[in-house]
Amino acid sequence: MTITDDVDLERRLRQFLPTDVDYASARLVDESAESLVVERNVVRPPSTLLDVGVMFSIWHDGGLGYGATNDLSTAGLSTAVDDARRWAAVTAGIGLISEPPFGHPTGTYTSPVDRPILVADLPERLELLQQQSRRLACDDRIVDWAASLTHRQVDTLLLTSNGGRVEQRFRFVYPGLRATANEGTNTQTRTFGRGSFCGQGGLELLDRYGFGDAAPRIAAEALELLDAPNCPTGVMDLVLAPDQMILQIHESIGHPLELDRILGDERNYAGTSFVTADMFGSFRYGSDQLNVTFDPTVPGQLASYAFDDDGTPAQRHHLIADGVLQRPLGGTASGNRAGLDGVASSRACSWNRPPIDRMANLNVEPGDMSFDDLIGSVERGVYLQTNSSWSIDDSRNKFQFSCEYGRLIEDGRLTSTVRNPSYRGISSTFWRSLDGVGDPSTFTVMGTPNCGKGELNQMIGTGHASPPCLFRSIDVFGGES
Amino acid sequence: MSTRAAFDDLATWATGQLRGEEVLLASLVGETTDFVRFNHGDVRQAGSIQQQDISIELIDHHRHCSASVPFSGANDVDRRRLGSTLSTLREQLKLVPDDPYLAFNTDPSSSEKMTDSSLPDTADAVQRIRSAAKGRDLVGILATGETVRAFANSLGQRNWSSAGTFNLDWSLYLQADKAVKNGYAGLAWNDEAFGRKIQWSIEQAEVLKRPPITVDPSGYRTYLAPAAVEEIMSLLAYSAFGLNAHRTKRTPLLKLMSGEAELSDQITIAEATAGGVAPDFQSQGFRRPDSVTLIDHGAHVGHLVSPRSAREYDVTTNGAESSEMPESLSLEPGSLSSEAVLDALGTGLYVGNLWYLNYSDPSACRTTGMTRFATFWVEGGEIAAPVNVMRFDDTAYRLLGDRLVALTDEVEVRLDTMSYGARSTGSFRLPGALVEEMRFTL
Repeated sequence: MTITDDVDLERRLRQFLPTDVDYASARLVDESAESLVVERNVVRPPSTLLDVGVMFSIWHDGGLGYGATNDLSTAGLSTAVDDARRWAAVTAGIGLISEPPFGHPTGTYTSPVDRPILVADLPERLELLQQQSRRLACDDRIVDWAASLTHRQVDTLLLTSNGGRVEQRFRFVYPGLRATANEGTNTQTRTFGRGSFCGQGGLELLDRYGFGDAAPRIAAEALELLDAPNCPTGVMDLVLAPDQMILQIHESIGHPLELDRILGDERNYAGTSFVTADMFGSFRYGSDQLNVTFDPTVPGQLASYAFDDDGTPAQRHHLIADGVLQRPLGGTASGNRAGLDGVASSRACSWNRPPIDRMANLNVEPGDMSFDDLIGSVERGVYLQTNSSWSIDDSRNKFQFSCEYGRLIEDGRLTSTVRNPSYRGISSTFWRSLDGVGDPSTFTVMGTPNCGKGELNQMIGTGHASPPCLFRSIDVFGGES
Repeated sequence: MSTRAAFDDLATWATGQLRGEEVLLASLVGETTDFVRFNHGDVRQAGSIQQQDISIELIDHHRHCSASVPFSGANDVDRRRLGSTLSTLREQLKLVPDDPYLAFNTDPSSSEKMTDSSLPDTADAVQRIRSAAKGRDLVGILATGETVRAFANSLGQRNWSSAGTFNLDWSLYLQADKAVKNGYAGLAWNDEAFGRKIQWSIEQAEVLKRPPITVDPSGYRTYLAPAAVEEIMSLLAYSAFGLNAHRTKRTPLLKLMSGEAELSDQITIAEATAGGVAPDFQSQGFRRPDSVTLIDHGAHVGHLVSPRSAREYDVTTNGAESSEMPESLSLEPGSLSSEAVLDALGTGLYVGNLWYLNYSDPSACRTTGMTRFATFWVEGGEIAAPVNVMRFDDTAYRLLGDRLVALTDEVEVRLDTMSYGARSTGSFRLPGALVEEMRFTL
């Protein structure tokens, strides 16, 4: 039983929701998680997280306040409600959000799970990781390696002052593999998609991503990189694998389209955006092959849900259609402030942080080229896999990204491996150079487990799916070591 | 019952629940925080958060498991929750193999550090901030309240560290991405000191009104203010100073270790716990020395060593957490007068802040990142114009090595504003750095 099954607690939360205010809500989050790591063939002590707490939000007389606590006693709940009420009074007349924007939704969501993770008992889960760890350690030049498996169970219950009730039960799985090879002062690391092969579900996710077969390839590629030359420098064509595309989407489409950035809320920390409110509906963000959706309905993707954390029902929308900007990533409150239609993307990382505008599942829709067609259309270029480094300015324009593993493309064929590959560009210029999008057979559903943003800071998972994509005439370069 | 008494009581009760030779370690992380976000000088979000969590480690001979659970301070609730957790961990212990690198402090060393503070009423502070901003475009966050870190074990050790702090981190925006960033943090609010900080921001913003210039990608003589140096040190902190990163060849300082590259003899870096806000104990009960020198006049001389690494590599721990990241990093000052920075720069870039640093070639300690907030073109020792954001791509061996001209003679104490999960107790003590050439690429 989880806390959302606790009828008595729900009754008490309802009792504490004030009825003498314009609008109030209680958002309960109950999380349990287990992290298993086998590092250099040694089992690290299993780590369990149990976390539960509630945030009350009160809108009244043009003010908005929050009170959050993990003390679920009568005294604890009472203090949290008093805090929310006090802050609503303090901010009346000086707040940017004065109207309660929500209705009183009802509904449920449950992650699709074929085989619950706990069907495999702890010794079985550890043995799986020990097997992978042993397979990573295939050569003396592999100096560091690890296999990991985290699973999280997050149940949320949103109650509103006029009878709203949204219950959502999420089950997340995060497998990981890493091999670091070294020779002298040359160190190269290869990973299992740098944590991006994650999602909602159970043990079936491990099969979906080929977790059980990946270790030998990852170790072999780390070793291969030791002997590979540095990536060449120059302007050339670039094909990005899905596990690099997700980073490219996240940083140069997702963050710039966040409405709270556009409204300025994030300027002191996460940054602003080169996108302005007047661009929606007309700005050419990319070539006409670029189609980007906000899609919380993809089964098993990391950020699928039925309602955001303000209770707005979640629906699929095109944010960019045929290269033209359509909608921002903003929840109801931000949409009202900006006078724009947003999406259900007001999300909080847990009970102790208020919702802000976030990405959820943000996907590049497939095109019509096979992988071989993409490579075959390049005379001179590189094919890059798996992000290793990312940096972009606070307006989300000038970026520089690096990948773990690269291969040259020469006369339409993949040839030799190159190490330390990087590329740089400017967001919309880059997306306008998009000249090929992989077909549905190449479309890969993944996620970014740790997206940081907000003051107070919040870390949250976002889903991304993409085929491989081809970009023309990009500034590519290699390393020094 | 106070939080401290409740934690002590729970640890004593839990010790009584142990069986045989079991050992229990418990770490408390707690805070009571008022937070207020500002945008355009008004309030975006405001609220209060009370959170306390205990991390438990149950050890039986060479096996151990851990769990983190909420701590309410209510005796019956916490005992019930902890008792259940101990039962679960006890069952797990039967299923896990021995850990050859298990290490915990068996020589109890209790301590307490309670920092006196005089925090402002947060609602009053909101009015003062809005009043001082005088309708300007101020964006940022105020966080106030008490943070607690505590440790207890079944061997009788008790450690307590608490401090009430406020941290106002703000930017004053002129237009688009043209802004001045500043902060005011401490233990007691002083209207005069705050007024001076705001006034400095207002005066700097005046300079930003000049037409900005775009400089071509190239190498430029550059002054990095302490906030910019903090970004470089923050990146290095992730993996440059831990023993595990060195032994597994993942440190970006690999070439320093091998002698293929050098840092300037002006560079002395230490984990200076005595001068910071972070506790002087860690999660396995080991105490931290006042200071651990990591780089001494350019030479690598020490690591941060967690108990686990100490056992694995047969050395002595110096109280680092498992991440082996500095929490109170100090870079020794130099001889450049902080008053004469512009004169010493002559012609070049004054970089107030850097942003979003990451490695472009880790083995070469080559990093990339952006300028952000107030960055100026300086000519003849005078600020000439604000500069549009620029990307740099350069190695620490140049910026803190053969291209380092001087460090300023004053250090700035910077309290970490990070609050992922909980408010950070990290801090930095940093000078500014004058660099002969910094490579800008985009």
